[in-house]
Amino acid sequence: MEFFRIKKDIPFMSRALVFNVISLITFVLAVFFLATRGLHLSVEFTGGTLMEVSYAEAPPLEPIRQGLSASGYADAQVQNFGSSRDVLIRLPDRDDMDTTRVSEKVMEVLQAQAGAAPELRRVEFVGPQVGKELASDGAMALLLVIIGIMLYLAMRFEWRFAVSAIIANLHDVIIILGFFAFFQWEFSLPVLAAILAVLGYSVNESVVVFDRVRETFKKRRDLTTPQVLDHAITSTISRTVITHGSTQIMVLSMLFFGGETLYYFSLALTIGILFGIYSSVLVASPLVMWLGVSREQFVKPKKEKEEAVV
Amino acid sequence: MNRYPLWKNLLIGLVLVWGLIYTLPNLYGEVPAVQVSSAKATLKLDPGTVSERMAGALKEAGIEHEGIFADLNTVRARFLSTDEQLRAKDAIERAFNPDAADPSYVVALNLLSASPAWLSSIHALPMYLGLDLRGGVHFLLQVDMPGALTKRLDSTTGDLRTLMRDKNVRHAGITREGTTVVVRFRDAEQREAGRQAIQNSTADLQLANRDDGSEDFKLIATLTAQAQQTMRDFALKQNITTLHNRINELGVAEPVIQQQGVDRIVVQLPGVQDVAKAKDILGRTATLEVRMVDDTPGQLEQALSGSIPFGTELYTERGGSPLLVKKQVVLTGDRLTDAQPGFDGQTNEAAVHLTLDAAGARIFRDVTRESVGKRMAILLIEKGKGEVVTAPVIRSEIGGGRVQISGRMTTTEANDVALLLRAGSLAAPMEIIEERTVGPSLGAENIQKGFNSTLWGFIAIAVFMCAYYMLFGVVSSIALAANLLLLLALLSLLQATLTLPGIAAMALTLGMAIDANVLINERIREELRNGSSPQAAIAAGYDRAWDTILDSNVTTLIAGIALLVFGSGPVRGFAVVHCLGILTSMFSAILVSRMLINFIYGRRRKVDALSIGQVWKPSK
Repeated sequence: MEFFRIKKDIPFMSRALVFNVISLITFVLAVFFLATRGLHLSVEFTGGTLMEVSYAEAPPLEPIRQGLSASGYADAQVQNFGSSRDVLIRLPDRDDMDTTRVSEKVMEVLQAQAGAAPELRRVEFVGPQVGKELASDGAMALLLVIIGIMLYLAMRFEWRFAVSAIIANLHDVIIILGFFAFFQWEFSLPVLAAILAVLGYSVNESVVVFDRVRETFKKRRDLTTPQVLDHAITSTISRTVITHGSTQIMVLSMLFFGGETLYYFSLALTIGILFGIYSSVLVASPLVMWLGVSREQFVKPKKEKEEAVV
Repeated sequence: MNRYPLWKNLLIGLVLVWGLIYTLPNLYGEVPAVQVSSAKATLKLDPGTVSERMAGALKEAGIEHEGIFADLNTVRARFLSTDEQLRAKDAIERAFNPDAADPSYVVALNLLSASPAWLSSIHALPMYLGLDLRGGVHFLLQVDMPGALTKRLDSTTGDLRTLMRDKNVRHAGITREGTTVVVRFRDAEQREAGRQAIQNSTADLQLANRDDGSEDFKLIATLTAQAQQTMRDFALKQNITTLHNRINELGVAEPVIQQQGVDRIVVQLPGVQDVAKAKDILGRTATLEVRMVDDTPGQLEQALSGSIPFGTELYTERGGSPLLVKKQVVLTGDRLTDAQPGFDGQTNEAAVHLTLDAAGARIFRDVTRESVGKRMAILLIEKGKGEVVTAPVIRSEIGGGRVQISGRMTTTEANDVALLLRAGSLAAPMEIIEERTVGPSLGAENIQKGFNSTLWGFIAIAVFMCAYYMLFGVVSSIALAANLLLLLALLSLLQATLTLPGIAAMALTLGMAIDANVLINERIREELRNGSSPQAAIAAGYDRAWDTILDSNVTTLIAGIALLVFGSGPVRGFAVVHCLGILTSMFSAILVSRMLINFIYGRRRKVDALSIGQVWKPSK
């Protein structure tokens, strides 16, 4: 079996401008949605209480809402979680509330209601100061990843490669965030971890292509820069698709079998992997070209020996 | 050319065997157990005698056990069923704690690994599961350091007043202003005398002069940076110790109580179901203060009408009657070494017996001598709000540091008060700033879900690899399995906490690790396509792919390390497994797979074709 039977190098670079325009549009859209809708941050970042309760039979949600509202939790969000028997209750942080007792009080309210008693499955309470710290720590982690990867690439290759790889992959991150903003999916700590993992992972992709670019520059003196890039992309495309396909299989398995907790985590990974292929091949390479990569940067001219003049 | 030297093969083989041994304990599962540990800081547990007593108690009750294991601080007995475990717990509880009101030992239910003893003896233990997988409660507590500082300065104010009186230095008032203590003097000479006196008695205070006008000479005292640091460390340590004692009363098998950062404490209670009770005991982060009651006639009425006199606070007694208490702290909980419930020797009323340390005893003697007939209040301060536990009348001078509080108390109340006083002698108040509770059924479900997603993902990848790369795919799949084995072994060895995000990281790492094998296999195909001989293609494929594999793993590792450094909670669990997984994948994808390929092809003299699937060549 061989999926890719490519006779000639595919002329990706002649369409470079088109790809860059497409990227720019998606990017701008993502930023637009981030700005207008914002992220739906989980309790971990905002502070507050989250409770998951499970009933023996699917309960109607309206009485739960009314019961909570009557007990002074008018701002509680009640929704089903995973199955119709599981209910998720979110309570934002309030100053006038004794936060450490919220979960017990809510359970009392629920137990007092008609019907089967619920089982408490999970409580998460995060104080407001912790939430702020988590957000700033997340931003720091992102910064560290960007700087670390750029330094490494600049050391191993050239600054042009470092810059274009980081731009291409940040474009992925923004697009993932754009998806989360557009669909108002919950942005939690595991999602943040997924995004950073994807950032490290997609850079791989660029690295593999760049490796080939370097090799081709050294080996084939007859090709122009766009042709070198085309050749590098074409000769690695089989590996790109198969690797990402394999990782995607794993992620899909988590999406299907991992339950609610891993759902958004694997969703972020899915988007990240799909856009990772696209961006590292079709965004990073044109960027390298625009930044003016050329053979001279890799093939060092041999130093002529100075002959001693007697 | 495609052969590894013997030592390399042996080394890889040894690493794999090691991986297998350390993964083994995870496969045995767990059996119910009962665990005994000391409930008191003062009681040192002797493993030998406790084991014997435990065996005796079980024999007497006619319960069979599956062995008793002792380590430094705990003794555990294994049982066949949870039924026997519960009966055994009752029997052991009776034997070890004849007085239920004052238990000397913590008897708790636990789960022990069912792996054979030889595995445990080489420290091959099952992975340490996080709370989201085994169920339990996690708290993050914040110690109120500014509060501790204020309190310390308040007591310093009192100390300075005593000092000035002892040294006959005349001052015009000592007050705390913000984070400083201000001593006023009428002239510079007295101030100099005061400065000398303070400097001779303590090195913790930094002194500065300030003159406001001719008649106002001030000495500003602040705590030195070092003293503040010591105070913080002490406050944190004392809080941790007190939490240990309190949690012992809950009877949790393996509690985790650790410092996090400068002023935070993590408490993890695996398997705890009664969250309300846990929070109740933890949440009672109370501090203890002894202050004098202001009995000046008329003052109380004035306070009730709304204008509280300067330097006092209004409280309500347990009975409901109002009480005016001076702000100045006579004694704090730090001076209290013990509090026990008991009975008054004469009246046989329920009472609480307090023991004070030497400094506390001296202060207490002085105060009681000066205030016979007056009342003192013992206050519990919880989150800035005070509560009068009791306000007894001082009948005579009390020396020796042994104090008895009695009157208007039931036996249960005496017990409660003693517990609160004992546990309540915290140096600084604490607040719960993060809580995670996971029910046991959800924990088991999480394990199942994590396991399923890893398993199905692995099977799908293996099937694809075998179909696409034939024999090389089989080798890649075996290498991937070796990666999983090593990762599990490493996690078991390090006893790193495995959480659900950790399992997700395991699955993700497997998905990413196959990248290295894909790179190698594609490279070999390419070499074949370009006309290399099979043996040369294998060698070139592995060599050329190595650079790329290294690069790509380093970038992934950078992301992993950033997560490890800045992540907390679930993210850190993810990052640990992710980073370890990258390291093990480098080993298995390159060395293990190469070793297998060498075994298959390297020994043959003549290889006609490689079983790597179809190698398509463009027809020219």
